[in-house]
Amino acid sequence: MIVEAKSAAPPTEDERRLRAPWRSVEIAFWVLAAAAYLLLPHQLPLLAQAAIGGLFALSVDLLLGIAGVMSLGHAAFFGIGGYVAGLLAQSGWGEPLSGLVAAGLVAGGCGFLSSFLVLRGSDLTRLMVTLGISLLVMEAANRMTWLTGGSDGLQGIDVWPIFGVWEFDLYGRTAYVYALGVLFACFLLVRRVVHSPFGLTLRGIKGNPRRMSALGTPVGRRLVGVYTLAAALAGIAGALLTQTTQFVSLDVFGFDKSSEALLAVVLGGAGTLYGAIVGALMLMELETLLARITPEYWQFWIGIAFMAQALYARGGILGFTVRLWTRLRRGVAAPSRTAP
Amino acid sequence: MLTVLFDGIATGALLFLSSVGLSVTLGVMNFVNLAHGVFAMTGGYVAVVLLNRWGVPFLATLPAAFAASAGLGVVVERLFYRKLYDAGALEQVLFTTGLVFAAMAAAAFLMGSQHQIIQLPAFLAGQFHLFKGFDLGVYRLFLIVFCGCVALALQLVLSRTRFGSRLRAAVDNATVANALGINVGRLFAVTFAVGCGLAGLGAALGVEILNLDPSFPLKFLVYFLIVVAAGGTGTISGPLLASLVLGICDVAGKYYVPDIGAFIIYGVMVAMLIWRPHGLFGRRAVR
Repeated sequence: MIVEAKSAAPPTEDERRLRAPWRSVEIAFWVLAAAAYLLLPHQLPLLAQAAIGGLFALSVDLLLGIAGVMSLGHAAFFGIGGYVAGLLAQSGWGEPLSGLVAAGLVAGGCGFLSSFLVLRGSDLTRLMVTLGISLLVMEAANRMTWLTGGSDGLQGIDVWPIFGVWEFDLYGRTAYVYALGVLFACFLLVRRVVHSPFGLTLRGIKGNPRRMSALGTPVGRRLVGVYTLAAALAGIAGALLTQTTQFVSLDVFGFDKSSEALLAVVLGGAGTLYGAIVGALMLMELETLLARITPEYWQFWIGIAFMAQALYARGGILGFTVRLWTRLRRGVAAPSRTAP
Repeated sequence: MLTVLFDGIATGALLFLSSVGLSVTLGVMNFVNLAHGVFAMTGGYVAVVLLNRWGVPFLATLPAAFAASAGLGVVVERLFYRKLYDAGALEQVLFTTGLVFAAMAAAAFLMGSQHQIIQLPAFLAGQFHLFKGFDLGVYRLFLIVFCGCVALALQLVLSRTRFGSRLRAAVDNATVANALGINVGRLFAVTFAVGCGLAGLGAALGVEILNLDPSFPLKFLVYFLIVVAAGGTGTISGPLLASLVLGICDVAGKYYVPDIGAFIIYGVMVAMLIWRPHGLFGRRAVR
């Protein structure tokens, strides 16, 4: 409202940043994602998985790339969401959208409660506490066989058609549209949050928490907020996985789940939001390719990819592309700037 | 009861050997080294191969395990870790996690995914009957004595030698130590190698007790982290005490309450990190 009232004057840099108009590249990205439904009909189950991985990576990016909080145990919330959706569907309420909401709420609640434990201390302490909490949750799920089915996973999940109309089919058509739709909705939310004053303070906290605190930002409260939001989003992603595959097992809590999301974020470029999604897609393709070549030992090459990424490609693929793009554009624009 | 205590101490002694090196890289050098278990596993497998395939006597495999792990440590440190010291914690996490994944797959490829079994020499097998109802495994007794000797030796090196006093100075304040002409980089590299070697030694000794298989680096990552977190940095007694407590808790937990055994360990870790983020006995590391 206030921004609109001022719109007679040319917007300042701050206002423009807060409004964050959509760029054509962004629109093209989503159009392309939607077009994949028609262009790659045989890849849809895989692409649905990539969309889910993208949502999970997006939640990690919100935490790591925007707020600078590193977590080695974000899969805890992914798993909690997955099991909430699975248990709901198993006990006779298979409505998918309300399942998502429930999973998001429960995971967000758990995130809120654990944030007070996590957000103390240094990076190292945080890494260890998040890892410890995710192992605790996994062990708890493993022991509560009466609830979770233990290491056998949760059987007999029956998910109803979306809006009572579209049933989940074998070819993953419904699953892809559903996953992409949820990803888009969540992305809109995250994009809005990142460009809000709240998001700007998060970026400030990432840069220098002490100075932000001196500027009057309640650093602790902001971090609790973003941790809760990221946990809820991870929970929704986990619920999506359960609903589209009609199965959930203890794997969802795994350490490799958390670390792969980190890799996806860094691979795509931390703090860019789109990077998380692109990174998740690339990681998924890479894993499928490797699993086809060496079904048993693909983890070896994934490990090598991790190491190469850490050593040589800081800033990620998207960061690299953006740097290249700006350099090219500056190269074109430079002569006109020097002209009188 | 006493047997549980005894087994717990033996496990703790192994944990001490395996993780004391990590307290230097993680605690002192501020390098998030999640791949410490990889170096330990290497030593364990070297010992297994030498013993089972080539028939080398058990005691002779131990120095070989130490040398293999230390050698791998030197190579990895010089080639890769050194480049990441200045990088953020995120790059370090990614690199070491990748190393763990690659090493686990490589171990499964080379050695198979089963638990390794070794044939102990006759003089270390069997039971030692102390009094009624209290039997000591000879091997576990050997472990405790051996690890006790190593801890003592480390303590002496740290407190009595020039190397030790330099290391203590570097731990207290690396910048000032550097300014005083101590080559902190080389000092840490040597310490890192020795730490890796000890880890390999620990895994070689614990092939059967710790269940050596390709998932070893991930399985024991948490244990190592707990020892470092609880033991603090810059002392030998801190990690030693932490390992012993952890070993006893672990064995007792698995023995008395098998249903929630692992749960207790993780719970203790999280609780302790929140209570004392800088370790139970440790001083705060100065960067």
